[in-house]
Amino acid sequence: MMEEAIATYREEAGELLAELETSLLDLEETPDDSDLINRVFRAMHTIKGSGAMFGFDEIAAFTHEVETVFDMVRNGKMTVTKRLLDLTLKSRDHILYLLNSPVGEDIDRAAGDEIIVGLRQLVPHDDLPQKGSDVIPAIELPELSEDELAQECTWRIRFRPAPNILMCGTNPISLINELRSLGTAHVVAQFDEIPLLDELAGENCYIYWDIILTTSRGEDAIRDVFIFVEDDCDIRIELIDSSGLIDREQGYKKLGDILVERGDLSPVEMQKVLLLQKRFGEILVEQGIVTPEKVQSALVEQQHVKSVRKERSEAPQQEAAASIRVPAERLDQLINLVGEMVTVQAHLSQVSLAGGDSTYIAISEEVERLTNELRDTALNIRMLPIGSTFSKFKRLVRDLSQELGKEIEMETFGAETELDKTVIEKLNDPLVHIIRNSIDHGIESPEARKAAGKSSVGTVYLGAEHSGDSVLITIRDDGAGLDRDAIRAKAIERGLLSANIDASDREIYAQIFAPGFSTAAKVTSVSGRGVGMDVVKRGIDGLRGSIGVDSVRGSGTTITLKIPLTLAIIDSLLVKIGKDHFVLPLAAVEECVELTREDIKNSHGRNLANVRGAIIPYISLREHFAIGDQCPEIEQIVIADIHGTKVGFVVDNVVGEHQTVIKSLGKMYRDVKGVSGATILGDGTVALILDMGMLLHMVEQLEQPPCAGGAR
Amino acid sequence: MGKLIMTADDSASVRQMVAFTLKQNGYDVVEAVDGRDALNKLNAQKVDMLLTDLNMPNMDGIGLIKGVRAGALNKFIPIVMLTTESQDSRKAEGKAAGATGWIVKPFKPEQLIAVIKKVLG
Repeated sequence: MMEEAIATYREEAGELLAELETSLLDLEETPDDSDLINRVFRAMHTIKGSGAMFGFDEIAAFTHEVETVFDMVRNGKMTVTKRLLDLTLKSRDHILYLLNSPVGEDIDRAAGDEIIVGLRQLVPHDDLPQKGSDVIPAIELPELSEDELAQECTWRIRFRPAPNILMCGTNPISLINELRSLGTAHVVAQFDEIPLLDELAGENCYIYWDIILTTSRGEDAIRDVFIFVEDDCDIRIELIDSSGLIDREQGYKKLGDILVERGDLSPVEMQKVLLLQKRFGEILVEQGIVTPEKVQSALVEQQHVKSVRKERSEAPQQEAAASIRVPAERLDQLINLVGEMVTVQAHLSQVSLAGGDSTYIAISEEVERLTNELRDTALNIRMLPIGSTFSKFKRLVRDLSQELGKEIEMETFGAETELDKTVIEKLNDPLVHIIRNSIDHGIESPEARKAAGKSSVGTVYLGAEHSGDSVLITIRDDGAGLDRDAIRAKAIERGLLSANIDASDREIYAQIFAPGFSTAAKVTSVSGRGVGMDVVKRGIDGLRGSIGVDSVRGSGTTITLKIPLTLAIIDSLLVKIGKDHFVLPLAAVEECVELTREDIKNSHGRNLANVRGAIIPYISLREHFAIGDQCPEIEQIVIADIHGTKVGFVVDNVVGEHQTVIKSLGKMYRDVKGVSGATILGDGTVALILDMGMLLHMVEQLEQPPCAGGAR
Repeated sequence: MGKLIMTADDSASVRQMVAFTLKQNGYDVVEAVDGRDALNKLNAQKVDMLLTDLNMPNMDGIGLIKGVRAGALNKFIPIVMLTTESQDSRKAEGKAAGATGWIVKPFKPEQLIAVIKKVLG
């Protein structure tokens, strides 16, 4: 658009220059024709004014000199001479030259300077314009950064508009509203100058206002509000309180002092009234010395400053204690100690319950309550808002979309959602991969988007929200969506899915997380090699989280990550097989059902359970871990949702929910598959924490026919 | 519906730039090429505000402001003058004629919008 206006300006200036030439030539014939002089001046004026607006600074600066001279001619301070016309015609040619020189090219300044020197010589000496008056900026936009650093002050403003203010198109109310927007304001209108009805001119403004304003923006900001009316209106701005004042008492001036300061009351009158020993304001009004509105206004000021001072005196103490910086390792140590404490407390509860002494039981319950509070508080300390990570992704989106020639915006929500610091750090890589994928494969090129009837600008939403003990992180794009059929075909080709099974959408979409999986025809520098999503899955698994994929062809893909709030202590389900305890993370557990000998017989050795009509495969942990004890008559199946697949884990007995303090297994056992850690139970025994996703994977691999298994 | 603002300027490029800036900020625009044209249009159509250049052929900005204030339909609208730095005396003249405010050329689009927001309240 700006280019269009610039083109119009070039055209228009060309026309004006042609007109200027004609006028100048005519002026040679009739040098006193004021109409012609005006025309020359106006042409110069327009060329200058518009030129400056469209970035033709050279033209503006040069034309300004010529215009100045013609302004004098217009005002009769100079006469039109042959020499003047010569120079002006030269100027006209020079402007045309400037107009047609391409932007950014070096221009011949010497010619212009020569003309200016010539013109200046014609000007009577005492009328030479002062250098440096060339550029007076237009209305300054308020500069927030500097002003906001300023301390907060309270101002008393009396705004008495000129009676004809309404006739000048100014609405005093909008000025007052502008003042309000600067800070905290109390406004009292004064009506005492409104005349009797028959003297009242409907178009005049008789009301004036007292405004008490507390703002950190400084006096200039207040003056700026009145910039267009300050010459005609009576505006008094007085500083009455500031945060820098040593005067720290919370009280404020007495009513009488305020009125005297404002000039609404004389000190003599004040003394007289004070002697009457009644409420000061009431007497003033009763005796008609001051109008009720003025007393009201002064009282408002008193109240305003008192409350501002009170706030101020309370604020610093809060701020001082608001935050302290602590090394992260100290926090980790604290969490570890709390973890130990939770374990010891569980032991204490067990022992005291077994002992049956009510005194000890009461004490242990008290300790349990305190421990739980301590645990929650300690975990909370490590929580950080996820927002800092979000801003990094904005940059990523910007850079990548430029690289790929796509127009993409990023929107975020829930930046204030808090997560454990270590979780946030570990989320970074998975999120980078997901967002890269959305940008590269998800969002189409601007042309393709337009063709599909969408806005050419694609959007990637990144959001976080709490959901129980977890945080849900949603990455949504409004791109092309996943190609269900292509994924299915590729998965079948690679032996990940069986061609005969009609897999659900979720199962198909879950395939994108398989290592090396990619349906992309071309590999770009950003993605397409199929490494990305597999990293995502591993990262999220490492966080004990889960991934959900949802996609609508043509309108976008949503990936939802469910991440536990913290890594140190988790809610879990304690189960028992034989004499051993195991722990299953509760986040993935959906329900527990019974498995009887009868059921096993009915399924003909295929490890499938019928849960309310749905067939769910199960893994017998007793078999898997080769626990040899006698199997109970009725076993329990813990049904879990693992990345969209429902799987049962058969155990002997479900003990119940358990606060699990996670301990790592140490170097020796780090690579044991299917176990992600261990925890110490109340009685001091160790229970293994099972990695259900990995267990499922291992069992699947065992059951795959060798050829398909080899493809992985 | 956005507020209707008239821009009166004999320079097509300035009108174009002003109109574009206003439309981008959700205002509706009516253009006038000089003071006479503007006053004729303002006598027939109610607008919310007038932006006028001061130097125009046929009728200049001062004449236009006086005309508007003497008329009926748009008597009380805010009027903002587009002036240049060399026209301080003209600014005072415009104020006396009943202008609400002014903006000094050259100005940036955001400065124009700030002034309009200010006078429209």
